[in-house]
Amino acid sequence: MTRLLAGPLLAFGAFCAAVPTALAQEVNVYTTREPGLIQPLLDTFSTETGIKVNTIFVKEGLAERVAAEGENSPADLFNVVDYGNLIELVDRGLTQPVQSEVLTASIPQNLRDPDNQWFALSIRARVAYVSKDRVSDETLTYEDFADPKWKGKVCIRSGQHPYNTSLIAALIAKDGAEAAETWLSGVKENLARKPGGGDRDVARDILAGLCDIGIGNSYYVGLMRSGAGGEEQKPWGEAIRVILPTFKDGKGTHVNVSGAAIAKNAPNLDNAKKLLEFLASDEAQHIYAKANFEYPVKPGIEADPIIAALGPLTIDPLPLTVVAKNRKQASELVDKVGFDE
Amino acid sequence: MTDLLEPADPVAEAAAVKSRLGPGWPWLAASFAVALLVLAPVAGLVVFASRGSGGLWPHLLQNVLPVAVRTTVLLLAGVGLSVAVIGVGAAWLVAMFRFPGRRILEVALILPLAVPTYIAAYAYLDVTHPVGPVQTFLRGLLGISDPRGLWFPEIRSLGGAIFLLAFVLYPYVYLPVRALFLMQSASMLEVSRTLGAGPWRSFRTVALPLARPALVVGVSLAMLEALNDIGASEFLGVRTLTVAIYTTWVTRSSIEGAAQIALFMLAIVFVLILVEHRARRSRRYAGPAGRGRAPAPRRLAGWRGLAAALLLSLPVLLGFVVPASYLVLSAVRRVGTRGLPADLGSWIANSVGLAAIAALVAVAVGLVLAYTVRVVRGPLAPFLVRVASVGYALPGTVLAAGLLVPLASLDNLIANAVRSWTGVSPGLLLTGSGAALVFAYVLRFLAVSAGGLEAGLARISPSIDMAARSLGAGPLKTVGRIHLPMLSPALAAAGLLVFVDCMKELPATLLLRPFNFETLATHVYGEAARGTYEDGAVAALAIVLAGLVPVALLARTGRR
Repeated sequence: MTRLLAGPLLAFGAFCAAVPTALAQEVNVYTTREPGLIQPLLDTFSTETGIKVNTIFVKEGLAERVAAEGENSPADLFNVVDYGNLIELVDRGLTQPVQSEVLTASIPQNLRDPDNQWFALSIRARVAYVSKDRVSDETLTYEDFADPKWKGKVCIRSGQHPYNTSLIAALIAKDGAEAAETWLSGVKENLARKPGGGDRDVARDILAGLCDIGIGNSYYVGLMRSGAGGEEQKPWGEAIRVILPTFKDGKGTHVNVSGAAIAKNAPNLDNAKKLLEFLASDEAQHIYAKANFEYPVKPGIEADPIIAALGPLTIDPLPLTVVAKNRKQASELVDKVGFDE
Repeated sequence: MTDLLEPADPVAEAAAVKSRLGPGWPWLAASFAVALLVLAPVAGLVVFASRGSGGLWPHLLQNVLPVAVRTTVLLLAGVGLSVAVIGVGAAWLVAMFRFPGRRILEVALILPLAVPTYIAAYAYLDVTHPVGPVQTFLRGLLGISDPRGLWFPEIRSLGGAIFLLAFVLYPYVYLPVRALFLMQSASMLEVSRTLGAGPWRSFRTVALPLARPALVVGVSLAMLEALNDIGASEFLGVRTLTVAIYTTWVTRSSIEGAAQIALFMLAIVFVLILVEHRARRSRRYAGPAGRGRAPAPRRLAGWRGLAAALLLSLPVLLGFVVPASYLVLSAVRRVGTRGLPADLGSWIANSVGLAAIAALVAVAVGLVLAYTVRVVRGPLAPFLVRVASVGYALPGTVLAAGLLVPLASLDNLIANAVRSWTGVSPGLLLTGSGAALVFAYVLRFLAVSAGGLEAGLARISPSIDMAARSLGAGPLKTVGRIHLPMLSPALAAAGLLVFVDCMKELPATLLLRPFNFETLATHVYGEAARGTYEDGAVAALAIVLAGLVPVALLARTGRR
């Protein structure tokens, strides 16, 4: 029995001892981005600077954890997807502003916080996946998804998913809550199946003939067509054509971002700033484009060829901080029309 | 029939037990402390909930909760009923009859336990999708070319979720019920037979009532697991209460509202547990002092034996073979193109190490609770055990979030004290190490160990204690020399079940782990969240394989 115990106890001792010490050159990152995505970036940073990067990949509850840890929190840098999460961290007083010419020079003004509390690092567009064989339309607006001509032909993931509430929130900002609700009911009427799964399931369901059009993120197209997510996903990506829709005002495509902010009580402030500046550098922006098929934020850095082939992206000019204010209402509309039922 | 098992005078009996095992208050005090610790995350949730949710409830009541409650009730009823039928049916056939393949099936029926529900959901969507292998094959067979031309049940539905959860969770019923059938002395069933009851009647009037404690424990574990499931439900588009909690938290950024719904859900679970407990309180289930012979299995000849074997293969096939072969195929593809993940070894070490420690602690604490029930008279002790089991009823993320508040407060207290002493901050010791995880696992899975041990201890007749006492054994000797050896199957089963549960645990691990700490489950999740399922397949397979070892051991503990 003692021998049975020894293994686990040793392992436990080992990871208790692995608690980071304040002496080494290091930086602590709390991330909601999957480790597989950001590890190449962090490894490059460590190689170049000699600074060790410690990470925790958290899904929901990142803000709760940091808030509970309080002034002794080891967090230096938050790296999260969805601008809603960035704004929430700022609103809860968990971040601090960064003055950095490198960052302000690299990242366009509409993609960072006016007070320099957060910075977007990559962009993903909310695009239309349409069947190559069965759909001939060259352009689409988001509003078109509620057009009765698509009855029984639309696939989408849960309306409550942040990517969708963000889109609905933008619609509320443009046309008002009532119009957004009518739109949402119209899309629901057109659904081919219950909302669920992920964006890639939309492409797969189009391949299967379950639906003809759907909404998904741009980078999944790159993941599917390149085979990075597995060989079997290639035909899913090939079954669809991608249209970059605009709202009916024609101003641009809805996007979301991933970004970063420095923690209020960051114990390794200088290193956190170095890492943040690195993530906005040409080299890192290039990795963002290559490894995850996202649009780089830094002007002049090219998207991956698969993504560039989707056509030029014009970003809807409505500021994300304005859209963010309608997120809660968007989520309630989803419930109200029973979108996911 | 259960009346036969009642001791002559329950009050005197219990008093006698009390005196034989020493005074009750240390046990009670220890259980009380455990219950308080378990309530720590609940207290954290109360803190969140009391901040107010900013007028969220009218919306929740009108648009969210009616659907969520209905869906949850239907899901739980469906899963509860299905696992009871599958679990008891399989246990009865395996324990009472001989047929081809019985020895293999007896073990294989436990295998689905090793498959996490979220992995089963990914696998099933892939396998049953119109462009997946099953439908493609069927269409080829029938000569249909249009993928829409073939009707096939949709896994992304309430029915699909019930199907999936039932075939993965039924071992929670099968295991304890089979153990109970095997432990019943043959004499009882023979008595019923000599009194003219056929096998069916014996099953209904003797075996089933005797199995009730095990059945209740198993079904409630499966139902609680279905209740707190988020991965499979969300993926399959089933809007349960847990999904509503999660949406309120994540999409509406309201941990306050989420905590309120969670507490509401917890209150309902608690009432149900108490009702069940009251209904059961008046009965006792200890068998006669001697264990007696196991009932001799009857041979099922010819087609009936074959039918039994086929019938029992079905749960194994659906709950294990399908998802496992999906994983094997994906893992082989991944290893073929990119080899084994370099960090696989450290993920396995982290998962196994953590799960083993948590299992040991959970068994030790569960033992304390179970003994308190045996030693202390009155309703207080069973009540404390129920309180200590609430961790299982909470969705893992919510439990972890609730735990953050008290844990981090304690952490900060320590850190600040050390800093004011030494001038150097030691960092956050609990949340910064694996300690928080072990704590969270034990809280989550204490119900599994405490329930199993309580049931196991209840089967040891008090007359054995009396015999030990009259032969001069003190309380310690009675426990060490008599109870623990008799209890060893229950101890092993409890520990192994908690171990497997910890290996599969995901949400609390994600939120509470220290830096650079990856387990098999968190890795699988990271890859799945990114949509690169294939990269996660090797680790997912490792979870299942690591679960097979304890599952095989579990199979042995049930045998004589």
